[in-house]
Amino acid sequence: MVPLSAYLFLSAVLFSLGLYGALARKNAIAILLGVELMLNAVNINLVSFWRYGETAQMAGQVFAVIVFAVAAAEVAVGLALIINIYRRRNNINADEIDLMKW
Amino acid sequence: MTAEQIIFYIATGFILVSALMVVTTRNLIHAALWLVATLFGVAVVYATLDASFLAVVQVVVYIGAIAIMFVFAVMLTKRNLLDHVPQTNANWPWAAGIAALVGAGLLYTASQLTTFGAQRPALSGDSLMNLGKALVSPDAFVLPFEAASILLLAALVGAVYLVNKR
Amino acid sequence: MATETLIWLLPLPPLLAFFLIVLFTNKSKTLSHSLAIGAALLSFLGSMLVFARALATPEFGREVFASSINWIPTGDTFLKIGVLIDPLSAIVLFFVAITVLMIFIYSVGYHNYGQPAGDHDRAGLQPHGATVTDESGHKRMVLSVEPMYSRFFAFIGLFAFGMYTLVVSDSLLTLFVGWEIMGLCSYLLIGFWYGKPSARAAAIKAFMTTRVGDVFMLLGIAFLYSATGTLTYREIFTQQTLQALASTPTGIFGLSAAGLIALLLFIGTVGKSAQWPLHIWLPDAMEGPTPVSAMIHAATMVSAGVYTVIRMFPLLTADFTGHGLTATMSVIAFIGTFTAIFAATIALAQRDIKKVLAYSTISQLGFMLAAIGMGAYIAAVFHLVTHAFFKALLFLGSGSVIHGMEHGVFHTGNHHLDPQDMFNMGGLKNKMPITFWTFLIGGFSLAGFPLLTAGFWSKDEILADAFAHGHWAILITLAIAALMTAFYTMRQITLTFLGEPRTKEAEHAQETPWTMTLPLAALAVFAVGFGWLGIPEHFPGLGGLLPNWIHEFVGGTLAERPEVLAFSWIPLLTSLVVALGGLLLGWAVYKNVEAGQPDPLEKPLGFLYPFLQNKWYFDEFYQYFVVQPVIWFSEVFSSQWLDKLVIDGALHFIGRSALAIGDVFRNKFDKPVINEFIGDGTATVFQKAGHELRLLQTGRIQNYMISAVALMIVLGAILIYVLA
Repeated sequence: MVPLSAYLFLSAVLFSLGLYGALARKNAIAILLGVELMLNAVNINLVSFWRYGETAQMAGQVFAVIVFAVAAAEVAVGLALIINIYRRRNNINADEIDLMKW
Repeated sequence: MTAEQIIFYIATGFILVSALMVVTTRNLIHAALWLVATLFGVAVVYATLDASFLAVVQVVVYIGAIAIMFVFAVMLTKRNLLDHVPQTNANWPWAAGIAALVGAGLLYTASQLTTFGAQRPALSGDSLMNLGKALVSPDAFVLPFEAASILLLAALVGAVYLVNKR
Repeated sequence: MATETLIWLLPLPPLLAFFLIVLFTNKSKTLSHSLAIGAALLSFLGSMLVFARALATPEFGREVFASSINWIPTGDTFLKIGVLIDPLSAIVLFFVAITVLMIFIYSVGYHNYGQPAGDHDRAGLQPHGATVTDESGHKRMVLSVEPMYSRFFAFIGLFAFGMYTLVVSDSLLTLFVGWEIMGLCSYLLIGFWYGKPSARAAAIKAFMTTRVGDVFMLLGIAFLYSATGTLTYREIFTQQTLQALASTPTGIFGLSAAGLIALLLFIGTVGKSAQWPLHIWLPDAMEGPTPVSAMIHAATMVSAGVYTVIRMFPLLTADFTGHGLTATMSVIAFIGTFTAIFAATIALAQRDIKKVLAYSTISQLGFMLAAIGMGAYIAAVFHLVTHAFFKALLFLGSGSVIHGMEHGVFHTGNHHLDPQDMFNMGGLKNKMPITFWTFLIGGFSLAGFPLLTAGFWSKDEILADAFAHGHWAILITLAIAALMTAFYTMRQITLTFLGEPRTKEAEHAQETPWTMTLPLAALAVFAVGFGWLGIPEHFPGLGGLLPNWIHEFVGGTLAERPEVLAFSWIPLLTSLVVALGGLLLGWAVYKNVEAGQPDPLEKPLGFLYPFLQNKWYFDEFYQYFVVQPVIWFSEVFSSQWLDKLVIDGALHFIGRSALAIGDVFRNKFDKPVINEFIGDGTATVFQKAGHELRLLQTGRIQNYMISAVALMIVLGAILIYVLA
């Protein structure tokens, strides 16, 4: 029997890996990859709390489904933005997208 | 160890290794493929949690659509892919520190759970049926469900608008 | 289609029409009015179908059409939204559907559809007419089409949606939603010609005045919800809940919870149905286009107020034992009765054809509330329905008259003449025959012309109830009010239609197009025929020929069917005498009024006449005792005294002393120490720091994100370990 905390540990580590990816990677697409990892970590949390709680209440799974939808929307818009930026600047280094400085 | 435990720990190891590869590998195509691997692992975890529908959706939507979209995006911007230079920015030590802090905090919080979740309760009813009902029943989540569909539509329109060549 | 599904769909077509007109078709007048009328027709057909099915249901009342779904989650329960058609709402639905459809059709003609655009019409002002050149080259003025034609149909569509929502709803919550939608629409419609300052003022007045009532109504709803945990009629009106409410004391005027809630809801009605003392907005609402007046005054908004009180009848009478009225019922009966006579006296002295009808509406609504206050449930419903028909007819008829007069005005070109002043009319009988006959029917129904008209039967029923329960004061007051009603109705008919034309404009008045006369004819049928459905069983001669359908049908709404009143000659004779007497008197006094002659009532009434003409000086009263004090308070007390004297004085004192202190500091401390040392010193430091720190603003998203997450960690740690 796997306890709930095992799932939570998994999601915690996965989340921090994703956070690291989102914060440290240069490439804008890689940042989005990190965000995807974080979203998956959240989903694991939601589903495992559903499974170990009141299973007749479907809120956990429903929220996971909605996270799917949000992730899809986020990726669609995010990648569209990145491609747009690439067209204009021929570059998708998050480091160099710094028009907003000073 | 039961079969379930074995599967869970293998999946966990697989997820964590491939996630690490996602955030460290230099070649972005590889990173995207490692993401696919991670997502497969998460699908397995869903399966061990008796969330069969989510496991399938994870494969179909996440891997089939989202991850493939990443691969496409990488290829569309490929001229820029120099995998011989470092792929991290100058602040990566800070980022690593903060990620480690967050992870430590989450792990600590999770370890505080001692009684709740030690045992897994029996499933009540057909969870697939329940999920379907919950999603479209006005007593439950039909409103968030509809809101999500509108969000998707808006994202679709927005994405088309953004990449439309003017 | 299942009846319940049909009921759910009833309010939707007008709403859809509203959105379609606003969003898409507002450029095309034809499309806009087709949409609006089509929507009204759909709702009408649906309502008739529902009504027919209600009639076909045996024991309707015990069996009702109801369905509800969860709407807004509140913690672990849900506020429900639902529909309910019981006998009461079925009959209200019936007259609402008919009058709304008729008003929609009438609006097409009233806003001069098909006429050329005006020469210098502007949006927000009444159409001023257009010049056309006919074949022979003559130029003449004709009526011009309303510039904001589509907008009007959008608004009345929304209005109809509000009314349908209110009627089919099964709880006070959705009723209140419909109620407020109508409040908004009445504001928009009264101020439809927003270019006129008087229309703007009237719109604001209507909105503010009804708001006073609405606040109390909302309080009542909130109280009811906190006391019972539900707002659904059928859950409130269970024996158990009602008894619990009736036996809970509140400590306010010794009222029970049921009484207090009913009283609060009733104050909402006082505002909406323009009862004394919140009646002042309704006559001013005549600034709107005439279909609006009919809609607000007959079919919908004011009826909605009375409907709500009738709806709350079980609550109202929860602590009524049958002997002596409860405090709440007495208040309602008093306000109703007083308003009935009060508004009737004002109507006696008005010159504007629409204002007479406005005050007559207030007065008739008073009749209904008096009936409710006495516990005469069926009489109130009956009068509500018949009144809706004949008053819509009268308002539309008066609009037709004004329209005909405007024709005359364009013919003579004398634009200073008021086409709404009855003393400028006369002899319109031959010029506008359809309008005349329908107006006559409506007027006689309002006056209660015996045996034939609907108004007679319903008013007679109220008087009979007052008599049977021994409310002599109410009976006498209402009888006098009914006498005045007949009198001013005949005055209006005589001045407008009979005799000789008193002005050139009246001579050249013209009958209006079929879109306006058709609704008149249709409503006239109901203004007569509907009364025959409620003839008391024991009425000599006529009783029993037709079954007393109203009593049978509407009575089924209540848990206990009200008993049939014993017949008595006294109230019957009273209604006969007052109706016929008033009509004869009105005709006799006004038949020979010449052009330019003052009102024949002016002399005999003496100082009373200006008093009545100026509406008992209520507007002035409010002006002096509410509006002026508020303005005085803000100007004199707040501005002059508090602001200028006290606060400014204190400020000046502080200012002066600060100046003095400042002077000292400046010379002794500022110049040597601050300026030279700290001032320039810090500036340099900040400049340097800024120069260095701006590097933090890298513009790189990930740097910001790192800071954000770091801060989040710190805050999270504080929340968890310090606060918890």
